[in-house]
Amino acid sequence: MITQSYVESLAMKGARIDGRKFDQYREVTIEYGISPKSAEGSARVKIGDTEVVAGVKLEVGKPFPDKPDEGSIMVNVELLPLSSSLFESGPPSQEAIELARVTDRGIRECHALNFKKLCVKEGEHVWLAFIDIYPINAGGNLFDACTLAALAALHDARFPVFDGKKVDYAERTKDQLPMERLPISCTVWKVRDQLLVDPLPEEEQAANARLTVVTTEDNKVCAMQKGGTEPLTVDEIMAIVDLAKNKSEELRRFFR
Amino acid sequence: MKYTKRFDGRKFDELRPIQARVGVVKNAMGSAEFKIGKTHAIAAVYGPRELFPKFLQLSDRALLRCHYNMMAFSGSGERVRPGPSRRSKEISMVTEKALEPVVNLGEFPRAVVDVYVELIQTDAGTRCAGICAAALALADAGFEMKDLVAAISCGVVGDQPVVDLNKEEEDYEDGAVDIPIAVMPHTGQVTLLQLDGEIDPEHLRKALDMGKKACEQIADVQRAALRAKYTEE
Amino acid sequence: MSTLLVQEKQVVIPGDVLAEGMEFLPGKGARRENDNVIATRVGIVSPNGHVIHIIPLSGGYSPRANDVVIGEIKDMSYSSWFVDIGYPYEASLSLKEASSEFIERGASLSDYFSIGDIVLIKVINVTKEGNIDLTMRTPELRKLRGGKIVTVASPKIPRVVGKLGSMITLIKEKTGCHIFAGQNGRVWIQGPSPAAEKLATEAIMLIDKKAHVSGLTAIVSSFLEKSKKE
Repeated sequence: MITQSYVESLAMKGARIDGRKFDQYREVTIEYGISPKSAEGSARVKIGDTEVVAGVKLEVGKPFPDKPDEGSIMVNVELLPLSSSLFESGPPSQEAIELARVTDRGIRECHALNFKKLCVKEGEHVWLAFIDIYPINAGGNLFDACTLAALAALHDARFPVFDGKKVDYAERTKDQLPMERLPISCTVWKVRDQLLVDPLPEEEQAANARLTVVTTEDNKVCAMQKGGTEPLTVDEIMAIVDLAKNKSEELRRFFR
Repeated sequence: MKYTKRFDGRKFDELRPIQARVGVVKNAMGSAEFKIGKTHAIAAVYGPRELFPKFLQLSDRALLRCHYNMMAFSGSGERVRPGPSRRSKEISMVTEKALEPVVNLGEFPRAVVDVYVELIQTDAGTRCAGICAAALALADAGFEMKDLVAAISCGVVGDQPVVDLNKEEEDYEDGAVDIPIAVMPHTGQVTLLQLDGEIDPEHLRKALDMGKKACEQIADVQRAALRAKYTEE
Repeated sequence: MSTLLVQEKQVVIPGDVLAEGMEFLPGKGARRENDNVIATRVGIVSPNGHVIHIIPLSGGYSPRANDVVIGEIKDMSYSSWFVDIGYPYEASLSLKEASSEFIERGASLSDYFSIGDIVLIKVINVTKEGNIDLTMRTPELRKLRGGKIVTVASPKIPRVVGKLGSMITLIKEKTGCHIFAGQNGRVWIQGPSPAAEKLATEAIMLIDKKAHVSGLTAIVSSFLEKSKKE
């Protein structure tokens, strides 16, 4: 029941509800292999009270006609009503779809995974990685939690055995997915004129704009997504990109 | 063929390792995690809260709505397509029926209590794990309850009554009977009973007795989980 | 021969047998089954002579007449406001109960409250259907401007307030904040600085976590001392 005006008035005084600095993340933990028997790869990410689990299921299928030598990913986010009274059962909401697509963009466009190395037989068989992401407790900043969980689950994944015809899920190899880059996403939110990262749900409600920036190890920006009802100036965008790059570098150490 | 030794070496009346914890979803009124062997369930309770549309409201008590769901990566083998299936709808319904006798829903007429059960990993006994987690979550939420509810799959494999069938036993080629039961541990009354397979009354009796005893063990773990929240300093 | 099977302050679970024999009576959070008294909630044993009560450790808010609570104006009809007090039934404030001041005929609702206002409000009564009638007519009831609200489980409010207000006074003194604890679990905090409000919030969350522990006042006091030094 913390109101928008309270968040705004704190922001104008240079403070946040939980006393953090504007560029400070809550405690981040990543646990690998939370569903080791059934998922080829899985992970649990906690950012403060926000908890998200992700799992990777690998299938062999036909490649897309325009990319006969490439595998692919399919990202799905389900905003479980289990995780918040604000989510309802039913088909994916706009929010869920945006989360999934931003996570997808961060992996696909940033070439986190080498799709060509997922090819088994050109034109016939390629690996498809299905990434399913579920919040367990929605406590703010699902954008960053979901993208981190997806990346962690991909890192945890090991190929099952494919004999040319069928996948044998009971047999898992030690072969990892061809991960080549570590794109990390950081979403920066704007409350009044204040930029902040890792918002609590009340801060997300009070914010009028947000920008998700995905950066790679070599300092390139490879995906962005703006949300919110208010516009951003180019100067603000560049300030956000700068902040996001630094925070992403901090988060990247989890994968080293 | 006689089933003399269990695939995983357990005794016939031995359960797989169990772990339970409450308060795992901060946003919920009450929540719990229940693991049995490799089956891993989480339950969260929201409510009592207002129920819309109005025609669903019950005049003298709250509606208990259970929502059972398997995460897409939780099944052994292929990915599970997201969304409700006939199986998940049936399990949601039997979960409601297993819990209704113990919860005082009369305290909140016209409202709804939503219980969400998610399976993170499945290895047989999923509906029972879900019921165990859900009962814990309701107690954690502070509802008035006659008793807890503990649930387990008992049954017969080959010729041998067992409890807590794993996947291999369910699929036993020489015949297996799978009997999920849910029990109020204080009185031994049964609130869920299903049966898959062919069985004679004598074996049925033996299996049910074993199942009830197993549920008493499970209830001990459930109680410890609820107490643990208040005894850690 | 009747036997009490549990001790005072013991944590019990629904279904636990608290006592055997007809001499013991079930109080709140307990029921009788044949000769036994059985717990019906997760809570702490609190015997009062032969009556065994269970003080719940969690649970929603159960309104009673004269409860002062913190609500949010959610909606209005032509003659009343609907207020969210964290209870799944309709809680309404009629125009004639809106103020301790004189209300003119034909006065407009919007002169008094708007949707989104946070108010300190009192329960007059709970109807048969479970709906709540509210009032703002005594002088200490008012709109709460500014500040923040922290929510704890309603059964823990007595611990937030403390015996004769000792706990809430302790927090007010050590943090310099205005604090009001509503019976519905909502606690309003307004302080001289965000840091003071954060400290008060943390003290209240500490009580929420350890409401079942004895010597809580000492624990909170030392927490506040330690934090002030930092």
